[in-house]
Amino acid sequence: MAVRTYYTREHEWVRIEDGVAVCGITDYAQTQLGDVVYVELPEVGAEIARDGEAAVVESTKAASDVYAPVTGTIVAVNDRLEESPDLVNESAEDQGWFFRMEIGDEGELDELMDEEGYQAFVEELD
Amino acid sequence: MRYLPITGADRGEMLRAVGASSVEALFSDVPEDALLAEPVDLPLHAGEFEVERRLSRLAARNRAAGAGPFFCGAGSYRHHIPASVDYLIQRGEFLTSYTPYQPEIAQGTLQYLFEFQTQVCLLTGMEVANASMYDGATAAAEAVMMANRVTRRSKAVVSGNLHPHYRDTAATLARFQGFALEAGPPAPAGGEDLASRIDADTSCVVVQYPDLFGNVRDFSELAEAAHAKGALLVVVVTEVVALGALKPPGEMGADIVAAEGQSIGNAMSFGGPHLGLFAARTRHMRQMPGRLCGETVDAEGRRGYVLTLATREQHIRRERATSNICTNSGLCALAFTIHLTLLGETGLKRLAALNHAGAVSLADRLGERVVTPAFFNEFTVRLDGGAAEAVERLAGEGILAGVPVSRLHPGAGLDDLLLVAVTETADAEDLDALAEALK
Amino acid sequence: MTGNSHDTVSGDLGLSIEEPLIFEQDSPGAVGVDWPEADAGADRLGGLARSGPVGLPSLAEPTVVRHYTRLSQKNYGIDTGLFPLGSCTMKHNPRLNERMARLPGFADIHPLQPESTVQGALALCREVQRWLSVLTGMPGVALTPGAGAHGELCGMMAIRAALDAGGAANADRRRVLVPDSAHGTNPATAAALGFEVVSIPEDERGRVDPGRFEALAGEGGVAAVMLTNPNTCGVFENDIRRIADAVHAAGGYFYCDGANFNAIVGRVRPGDLGVDAMHINLHKTFSTPHGGGGPGSGPVVFSDALAPYAPVPRIVGEDGALRLEEANGEAFGRMKAFHGQMGMFVRALAYMMSHGADGLRQVSGDAVLNANYLLRRLEDVYSAPFAHAGPAMHEALFDDRALRDTGVSTLDIAKAMIDEGLHPMTVYFPLVVHGAMLVEPTETETRASLDRFIAIMRGLAERAKNGAPLTEAPFHAPRRRLDETQAARKPVLRWQAGE
Repeated sequence: MAVRTYYTREHEWVRIEDGVAVCGITDYAQTQLGDVVYVELPEVGAEIARDGEAAVVESTKAASDVYAPVTGTIVAVNDRLEESPDLVNESAEDQGWFFRMEIGDEGELDELMDEEGYQAFVEELD
Repeated sequence: MRYLPITGADRGEMLRAVGASSVEALFSDVPEDALLAEPVDLPLHAGEFEVERRLSRLAARNRAAGAGPFFCGAGSYRHHIPASVDYLIQRGEFLTSYTPYQPEIAQGTLQYLFEFQTQVCLLTGMEVANASMYDGATAAAEAVMMANRVTRRSKAVVSGNLHPHYRDTAATLARFQGFALEAGPPAPAGGEDLASRIDADTSCVVVQYPDLFGNVRDFSELAEAAHAKGALLVVVVTEVVALGALKPPGEMGADIVAAEGQSIGNAMSFGGPHLGLFAARTRHMRQMPGRLCGETVDAEGRRGYVLTLATREQHIRRERATSNICTNSGLCALAFTIHLTLLGETGLKRLAALNHAGAVSLADRLGERVVTPAFFNEFTVRLDGGAAEAVERLAGEGILAGVPVSRLHPGAGLDDLLLVAVTETADAEDLDALAEALK
Repeated sequence: MTGNSHDTVSGDLGLSIEEPLIFEQDSPGAVGVDWPEADAGADRLGGLARSGPVGLPSLAEPTVVRHYTRLSQKNYGIDTGLFPLGSCTMKHNPRLNERMARLPGFADIHPLQPESTVQGALALCREVQRWLSVLTGMPGVALTPGAGAHGELCGMMAIRAALDAGGAANADRRRVLVPDSAHGTNPATAAALGFEVVSIPEDERGRVDPGRFEALAGEGGVAAVMLTNPNTCGVFENDIRRIADAVHAAGGYFYCDGANFNAIVGRVRPGDLGVDAMHINLHKTFSTPHGGGGPGSGPVVFSDALAPYAPVPRIVGEDGALRLEEANGEAFGRMKAFHGQMGMFVRALAYMMSHGADGLRQVSGDAVLNANYLLRRLEDVYSAPFAHAGPAMHEALFDDRALRDTGVSTLDIAKAMIDEGLHPMTVYFPLVVHGAMLVEPTETETRASLDRFIAIMRGLAERAKNGAPLTEAPFHAPRRRLDETQAARKPVLRWQAGE
């Protein structure tokens, strides 16, 4: 069964895998940022409300906040980004994931865009 | 006007090219009544000789330290500066360059900053250092703010023997940023108990080494006590030559070292410009304030240097920056790094040893008047009467005897204490003169 | 054009000589300063003597002098050529100023000597205050801030102190209005002091829209506006009086960023425009050297309303009996150790005295004329977003729209300028203009230098349109483009033994 990916207007993606929400920034976001040089990840155990600041992603010229797409508790972070922030550039929506959250209300996902909707949203930005 | 090369003829042609009737017409967006028709009420332009004469007269109304025996310290020190230092920093490519934002044509500045950062790490025993800050006091204040960020706490426990100007600089920021700064009373003979004041809200403990009164003390246990409660140890150094002789703060467990670097390569200059040094641990690198220079390669693979980790800074983060700082003390850092390169391992250790030997020699002459049990090149002397009056009187006799504690701690009941600094610039005759005068 | 370094045996090329780090030139036994060994006296270090080596390299003086001379030759300075860095005012640095600052009566005096022995220094500080006060039309002058951003902090702390003095009525006054075109230090300063930053967008004239400003100010809670004038779009905020009135009517203060004071010095006094506080970058308008990034000096001028809150120390008393006042009930506190950047005060005063009231007027006039001259001679090849929104002040703002179809960006033009022997202008600032190029020639360039700049810039635009490989420039600098990504991903901030 194909796993659905949801998108936010702030260019985060979220996907439910094994009952946990996996989050990162979109491929479009990484191209806008350029070479990612550092990712500041949340602490495991942190409770973050939807749209709350969860991480920071830095290129040489910019620092951007990454917001939690849904409300939940951080259960894991992608430690590989510490050594290899370039994973965000190479594989933004897979290997370059940021954090995993346990979420209470899956209904929040319905308020996000699906892949088609996000593509249309991005095309409008360009 | 010798500095203004546009001639009257140029001006006429350029005005025609821009389609303006006069220079005044270019100011048409200024409210008319705010546009001055005449020069302001200040003297008219003056030739080089005239300016030199007038400023030299003002300079002559000051008593230069080199004019006689001199023992002032308390955060600004008179050391010899080699002739080549002052020559090299006045090379136009250093003096008239800008912050190295175009690294391809600023490798000179960037390489010396990289060398400078390394030297600061070696001196302090720390892992990373920035490209310098305004002065020691602002570096110390930034250290407290950094400790607040790292620990997410908001109370600094401050030694009573921290230089009061440093304490007040941090306190001013504390007032407006809403963090607490708990400073103890001065303890001239040392022996403060700071560990017991650390609690779960404490972001850092701030100590000075050597402290205002000259005391040197091992902070290893204090570092352990701070770390046990999740707080950082900030060590302030106002006389950096001391680190040529003393165990470095990094070996005591310091998390941040904020220092005044004026002592190496820079004149006292009435207190400014000086040179803030800032060093920390690698794990806190991204929370550091100020500019950082880093090594990289160019498009042909050759080693080169750039300003890096700029995302911490105001021009990118704007209201979310780690600090609003937008400059360092570039030229003072250059003077520092050149002087330290000239000194090298042997020169620095000999210089530090000469300072300590001079101070010990004076302390021996003064005997029991000396309040400070262990010190580097500065200690506290107890006089029979007011130190300020004694200093004033001795100035009349041609001796600048030191800094009265009352100048920095007015009304603290320490009026009979005098801070005396002995550097390599004082010779045996100077020491005799002061010892005789203080009898 | 690349790879010339393979043409010589050494890899060096004429005056372009590779220079290793000092740590790679360590020659144990060499020394660059002769100090004798100290007499072995009693050690009173309390058992805290350093046990191991510091790790500093050993070099003799000739090696050291050569090292820094070679490094200097990899740098571009004002002494090298035109340095049109917008908003930075890279003007000629007279060497008289250096000589004056090194007089022993200024350089070799201690900040805590008895006041009776430094009357000349205190009088000099007073004289700097007088010049700044008369030039700005503002009564209070705080000398201590160590740089422009430090001056901003000083000005905004005085505003906070004044608001605090107003008591509970001002408790909710925390909004600071800042135009999008402002220097990053403005929002960083306001935020550092606990203010809430409210952005004001620029209008199509590159200015703050007064109607919109009045509406924002009317929403309440206003502590201050931070406005740069002339602004970073290169134009004068001609509605400045309305803006001042609006912020005052809302109960707030007017902070002016004085970074661009060079455009109006001697002709316009900010005090006549309703400004309450403004910092002055002595290293910009008054030509104290930038020194590769400081030291700066950022005195702040205050209106009557804010002057009482200025920081300590203050200079009080009569000439001949001047004193430093260290405590004052209303002063908001202290900015740094001691009394300010004395070495910079001497240089700035030498500069002001040299120009005089008449020369300073000519400074702003020529600075503005030069910028307008560049604007008019280049606006047909580089797009200039605000070229017709009134005369430029002392800088001309271009962008790279006109080059859009060439694949050449602002960055490429900047790097190509390096090959032409020019320092690039400020690029990608202000942020409100995409691909911004902010050109500030200053008043100390000859017309021939300006014409050369124009010819080069026109030639580069032409080359960009003809497909020249500008995206790889520079080719002729000591280094090609540097890899900033690598520097940030794997930070190497110091030399390590054994590398």
